[in-house]
Amino acid sequence: MSAITEEAAPPLSMHADGITIRFGGLTAVRDVSFTIPRESIVSLIGPNGAGKTTFFNVLTGLYKPTLGRVYLGERDVTGVTPHRIASMGLARTFQNIRLFNLMTAEENVLVAMHSHMKSGVFRTVLRTGQQRREEREGREFARELLDFVGIGKVWDDYARNLSYGDQRRLEVARALALRPQVLLLDEPTAGMNPQESARFVDFVHRVRDEQKISILLIEHDMSVVMRVSERITVLDRGEKIAEGGPADIRNDQRVVEAYLGKTGTEGGYRRDDQ
Amino acid sequence: MSTAAPGRTRSSMARLKSLPAFFILLAVVVFVFYQFVLGGLVSPVQDFFDSWFPLTSVNQCLIWAMLAVGLNIVVGYAGLLDLGYVAFWAIGGYVAAWIMSPFFQQWKINIFGSAAPGLEQGIHINFWLVLPLGAAFCALWGVLIGAPTLRLKSDYLALVTLGFGEIIPEVFRNAGDINGFNLTNGAKGIDPIDAIPTGPFALLGIPGNLGAFDNTYKFIVYALLLAFAIFVSLRIRVGRLGRAWLAIREDELAASMMGVPLMQTKLASYAVGAALGGMGGVAYATLTGGVIPDSFQFSNSIILLAMVVLGGMGNVWGVLLGALILEWINAVGLPQFGTSFNNTFSTDINFPSYNFLIFGLLLILMMLFRREGLLPETRTRQVLQAPERGELESVGADLEETPV
Repeated sequence: MSAITEEAAPPLSMHADGITIRFGGLTAVRDVSFTIPRESIVSLIGPNGAGKTTFFNVLTGLYKPTLGRVYLGERDVTGVTPHRIASMGLARTFQNIRLFNLMTAEENVLVAMHSHMKSGVFRTVLRTGQQRREEREGREFARELLDFVGIGKVWDDYARNLSYGDQRRLEVARALALRPQVLLLDEPTAGMNPQESARFVDFVHRVRDEQKISILLIEHDMSVVMRVSERITVLDRGEKIAEGGPADIRNDQRVVEAYLGKTGTEGGYRRDDQ
Repeated sequence: MSTAAPGRTRSSMARLKSLPAFFILLAVVVFVFYQFVLGGLVSPVQDFFDSWFPLTSVNQCLIWAMLAVGLNIVVGYAGLLDLGYVAFWAIGGYVAAWIMSPFFQQWKINIFGSAAPGLEQGIHINFWLVLPLGAAFCALWGVLIGAPTLRLKSDYLALVTLGFGEIIPEVFRNAGDINGFNLTNGAKGIDPIDAIPTGPFALLGIPGNLGAFDNTYKFIVYALLLAFAIFVSLRIRVGRLGRAWLAIREDELAASMMGVPLMQTKLASYAVGAALGGMGGVAYATLTGGVIPDSFQFSNSIILLAMVVLGGMGNVWGVLLGALILEWINAVGLPQFGTSFNNTFSTDINFPSYNFLIFGLLLILMMLFRREGLLPETRTRQVLQAPERGELESVGADLEETPV
């Protein structure tokens, strides 16, 4: 049975259909449809207040959409609680880093394996063979992930003592521990200098290629967005105003207007883009 | 790397492993001392121990320590402020009173029990069976109380738990007549409670039933129970559940986004904490020989919380130390000091009545000079003593970065 479903699996990792969210009288997001093809890197951009974060929160289950459905793979996950969506294969990082500060890097990663582990109170207290094996395997996987993101050496340091860059990496390692189908990165290059951002682009590609997952970014840095994304969706005032490859978006009149206003010059935008 | 954390973490892990052995050794030494050595010593020494370290009070300290260790799972591990923990203590105590006493005259049930001669009516179940029963019953109540309340956050949760802590003893006080059925015997409480049977150990010359005067043997029983509570706390800490509790304590939202089910995980901490509280309650009932609703006051919850905070929230050994010290002051230290003081200066001051004044002062002093508690968790010590790396960077400190 599983072989059949694998064969028939759709090429989409995630799919949001006609999402509308109203808070009281305010419509934060209006009828936005959005797809993340399998093993792709897509971006969600838009000026401040465009509804990106709200939309993101619908995908992760923090908000239930007023209208529309969200699918993860084939499963309808609309209105499912965040921890269940996470364990079904949707991982995220946070705009302002939210690590478990007083836990070591390794422990941070292990927390995200919670839903893949089984040991409860009794097995843990009795320390059964099954529990010990699970712990050992978890630790090994955690160390692999920390090595993968390049912070294997500091596995036993408290998260709060890591440097800013390492903390960002740890967030990615922690998210990958969920063995996700889709990884959502919320402004991952915030606070990075241009060299770090450039390295980050390679890193995102490596994550996608080696972990075989899809990646969705919310990002402000246009140079990163244009270099990393295969497909870009632009939101403005809660509506989708454009969608396409980096080249299409760069030349889209509505996008330029959304970012720079109607009288904005093209040069101003290009400077951002270099 | 530049941070010293790795070495520190490993050495503290090694220390943790040897400490339970140390605890058991200490318990054996205390037992041997009271059972075999003390009687042979000169009378001034005997008097000193009789007045400053009477075994009944030592046993009482052990039971308080058990309860504090249980509360530490909820407050220290999962970070949920519980102001009504005394409820589980009371439920455990009443479970023992119901099924280990002649109270229910209308029935006559005996399951390996140790009914005193002439008091065979009622339900008499073996103490060692009552322990898991009491623990399970309290865990169930933990879940029942937790399910509606754990949706609340911090302060609101604290208030609701406070309410439950008040309600449960009140229920016991007023359930002496439920449509004619006497469930709790009202304010008079239930007694006597059966002795602790020692089973096969009776062959070694130990009394077959540990009654009111077998304090040295009861000491071993309570020390074992406390060791069990410590053992459970330490083991559960390093596993999947312990990590999830810590993660929730650190950042609830992030934890749920990492697939940790908040409700279920918090309920688990409530259930485990309540189960240990229930065991403490059963043990307490056998120590005092009876239960009355008056002994389960709100102030007990607060004292337990003070033990946890004073000792070092989250660190089992700190909590143990805090509990032993506070309960000793409360039960022995203060009254004895008062007696000596009054005798020396021919005054008539009622020192024990100032216990809350002294606890309050202690807590204030601790918060001023040692906020993390007597024996803090390694992690907590981190926050209070070492500046965050981010903070150092923000003031321009030069820290090497991990090579990419």
